[in-house]
Order: sequence, then structure tokens, then C-alpha cells
Amino acid sequence: MKEQTRIDTSNQASNLGGTVCLHAQHLDIGYNHDTVVADINFELHTGQSLALVGTNGSGKSTLLKTMVGLQSPIRGDLTAFGRKPGSAPRRVAYLSQFHVSGFVLPLRTIDVVRMGRFPILGLLGRMSREDGELVTAAMRTMGIEKLADSPLWSLSGGQQQRTYIAQVLAHRADLIVLDEPTAGLDAAGHDVFSRAIRGELARGATVVVATHDIEDASTCDVLMLLARRVVAVGAGPEVLTPDLLLKTFGIQIPHH
Amino acid sequence: MDWFITPFSYGFMRHALLAGVLVSITCAIVGTFVVLRGLAFIGDAMAHGVLPGIAVSLLLGYPAILGAAVGTIIMISGIGLITQRSRLSSDTAIGLLFVGMLALGVVIVSRSTSFSGDLVRILFGELLGVDTQAILIQLGAAILIAVTVLVCTRPFLLLCFDPEQAQVAGFSARLYHYVMLGLIAITVIVSFRTVGTLLVFGMLLAPAGTAALLGRRLGAMMAWAVVFGTLSVYLGLLASYHFNIAAGAAVVLVAIATFFIVFLVQAIRGQRVRRLELRPPHE
Repeated sequence: MKEQTRIDTSNQASNLGGTVCLHAQHLDIGYNHDTVVADINFELHTGQSLALVGTNGSGKSTLLKTMVGLQSPIRGDLTAFGRKPGSAPRRVAYLSQFHVSGFVLPLRTIDVVRMGRFPILGLLGRMSREDGELVTAAMRTMGIEKLADSPLWSLSGGQQQRTYIAQVLAHRADLIVLDEPTAGLDAAGHDVFSRAIRGELARGATVVVATHDIEDASTCDVLMLLARRVVAVGAGPEVLTPDLLLKTFGIQIPHH
Repeated sequence: MDWFITPFSYGFMRHALLAGVLVSITCAIVGTFVVLRGLAFIGDAMAHGVLPGIAVSLLLGYPAILGAAVGTIIMISGIGLITQRSRLSSDTAIGLLFVGMLALGVVIVSRSTSFSGDLVRILFGELLGVDTQAILIQLGAAILIAVTVLVCTRPFLLLCFDPEQAQVAGFSARLYHYVMLGLIAITVIVSFRTVGTLLVFGMLLAPAGTAALLGRRLGAMMAWAVVFGTLSVYLGLLASYHFNIAAGAAVVLVAIATFFIVFLVQAIRGQRVRRLELRPPHE
């Protein structure tokens, strides 16, 4: 029905020798009964990175929400670690695109980053020294350790975004799902973020990022181009063609 | 000095002070989350929605607290139903629900022989007439609420931060939202006899709101709210005694006046402070 360029990623995956982290088969996603994207098929192996590329409203956020269990699939199958999304909160970290204004919340930067340990600690688990060290390390990675005691509302937009990313890093999750993580970051923040993600991949985490930054996306193992349908899935060089990008963004991408 | 102490040599004034302090502790803890999560409107709706329940139980001769409990359960389910169908503007629907419940309550009370007396008692409480039993119930509720909040600190914090984040972190956003509504309900149910349904809402919002202007951390904010609430109870009771004015209303007026005084002082001084804070300690 719909044209779809599917490039086989299984070779690449078996080279990495990882187990399946995310698996989607004939997956329809959307809200209530409104399908946003139909018939999504992909497999992402442990330790791989996946970029969802598309404009606003292309279905990126909906797919991410479905991956973390905030949204139920309309039809088809999606599993994370072989189970229903949302059933392994200790293993999954999620950064949503929009945040409640931190203006009124009486939280310091470190309090926000500490929340990243809550899925591991549960309701009553005590914050151990090791937890504290992970929190400090996450803040250092994002370059906000000197802001630890500053109230969240006193931070700039970019510093707040770094704080939210640090919260995700402190979790040490097996699957990290990020919605537009570089929004609001300046060039320096962007570099810090890229380095942090490389670090997460290096320790074996699987990373899924929604972005409309093609340069960011091109560093990922697998790319999925979305425009309320799956335009293409595959490795960077095969997917990032002028023709497919035109189909994704509806505009001509200038050649450098 | 006598002016500040003598009134409390009377038993009823000591009872009022004790009950009032317990109310302000309960309201400070719950109110902190009401303010942080922007649940003021729902809190208001709940505080007024209990009226028909209380009215019915007064007419039938049941304990008013039972009617209040039924009233809040109806309100919580009503609000839950409305917020689930979020395409309808929930503000409008919740507003209509609570005005409807309020009107229904007045209609029911108007069947009573002592109409205005009952209504005033329900709306503004009887701070100067609380008995030991009411104080014990208040104490039990304060302990229950403090323990619940202690246990649920993490999910509550995540809910304030981002409900989706709470859900992904493994804390059911829905469950803990209802736990929070339940705490508001308990506060309203046990506090209406002392400060009344109209004023319990003021005690939920004003001290916690003042504390939100000052507190840098959740614990500090709650502590400030307790301080402001207790201070309001004490000063309100003093004013009530010396100037012969309604006690519950005096307490709430002090609490609200405190909010606006702190607000104004911050607006005048705060700009400078905030500008300093905004400059991050750059490396």
C-alpha cells in the first residue's frame, strides 16, 4: 500500500553480536483510535543506537511514548527486552520533550538529578553512597556540578536541559529514550551531550533519540525516517539520500 | 505580654489552639503538593463538594464526618471521570460540578429548621467549640497524612516534576494522583468541623503558597508552611478573642494577609535577589 524502503539491518546487528532490545512488528501507533504511523517494523539490538528523524507531528514522539509504555500500541507488537513496554521501569530511562515549568518547584539541580535514581531505589530504598556517586558523575558529565545547589528556576534553559539529561544519565538504564534532547542546548551543550551518549553506548546501553538534526542522526547505527509513515529504516548512508530526505521533510535538502 | 497569653488560660481557647495547630500541620503538608501540582481548583471543588453530604447526614442524624466522606468520594469520582474525558474543558466541568454540589447542599440545608445556623457552622466551622474527640480525630489524620507523604515522597516529587516521568520510573501516575486527591479529601473531611469547608481551602493554599515563595527545598517549604499556618492560628485566635470576631475566618484572614505581605516584600526586594541568582556561578 505505502511505499517503504526497508534496508536490512540484521547483518550489522549480528556483527555486533547483541541480543534484541526493541522489536516492532506490524506496529500501528497513535492516540485512542487515531493512527499516527502504521505498520512499523524494526529490530534494535542491545548497545545499538536508533535515531527517529522527522518533522514535528511526524510520529517521533508517539513512537517514543509507545516504546516506554506511556502509550499503548493500536495494533501489532512492540517489545522491549522481550516484554511489554513499561514493564521494566528499572531498565528504561525516558526524557520527554516538554517539561513542566520548574519555576515554582522547590528543587535544586541535584534534587532533579537524584530523581534519576528513583526507578532503581523504588518507594523506600535508601540512597546509598554509590547512588550519590552516580548522581555526581552524571552532573560532572553534563558540566553542571557547580550548579548542584542552585534552584532549578535560577538556571537558563540550556542549563535546565543539561540537568534533565544528567537525570537520565544518573539512572544508568539499559534502554535510554530521548525526545529532542538537544533542543535548547548551545554548541557547547551539544558537544557535551554527544560525548555523554557515546559514553552510554560504550557501557552497553541502547539509545533511541528523536531529532530533526540530521547530523546528530547520522552518528546512530540505525535511522528511521518518519513522516506519519515509515519512509525508510536502515543504516545512515543508505537512508540519508536526498530522495528519502525529501520524502521525509517535504523540502529539498541543500548539498554541502 | 498578658495580651498574648491570657486568652489561652481558657479551656476552649487551648482546645481551639491545639485543633488549629493540627489543622495547619495537615494543611501545610497536603497544601504543599496542592500548590506545586496546581491542584488548587480541585481542592476548592472538593472543599465545597462535601456540603450536600454533610447536610444530608445532619438532617438524618448521622455523624457529619460520614456525610463529608461520602461527599468527597462523589467529588473525586466525578473529577476523575471528567479529567479522563479531557477533550471537555475540565475546568468548566469541575467548576459546574462543585457549584452544583454547593447549591444542592444549600437546598438540603434549607430544609433544616435552623438553616442559617447550620450553614454558617458548616462553611466556617466552630473553632471555639471543638471537643477532645475532634482533636483526637484531627491528630490521627495528621499522623496518617504525614506517614503517607513520607512513604510517597518519591512518586509525589516525580508527579510534581512530570507525571510521565513518574509513570516511566515505575510509579503509577494515576495511582499516586488519586492518593494525593485522597489526602486532600481526608484533610477536608477532618478539618471542616474546626475551620469549616470554606476556610479549609484557605488553610490548604495560603501557608503553602507563602512557603512556596520562600522554600528552596520540599522539606523546607513544608516546614515554612507549618510555621505560617501555626502563626496564623495563634494570631487569628488572639484577634478573635480580643476583638470578638469569628475565629475561623480570622485565622484564614491572617494566613492570607501573610501571603500577600511576603509576596509584596519579595516583589520589591526579590527582583534584585533573583537577578543575582540568575547569574550562574560560571567556571
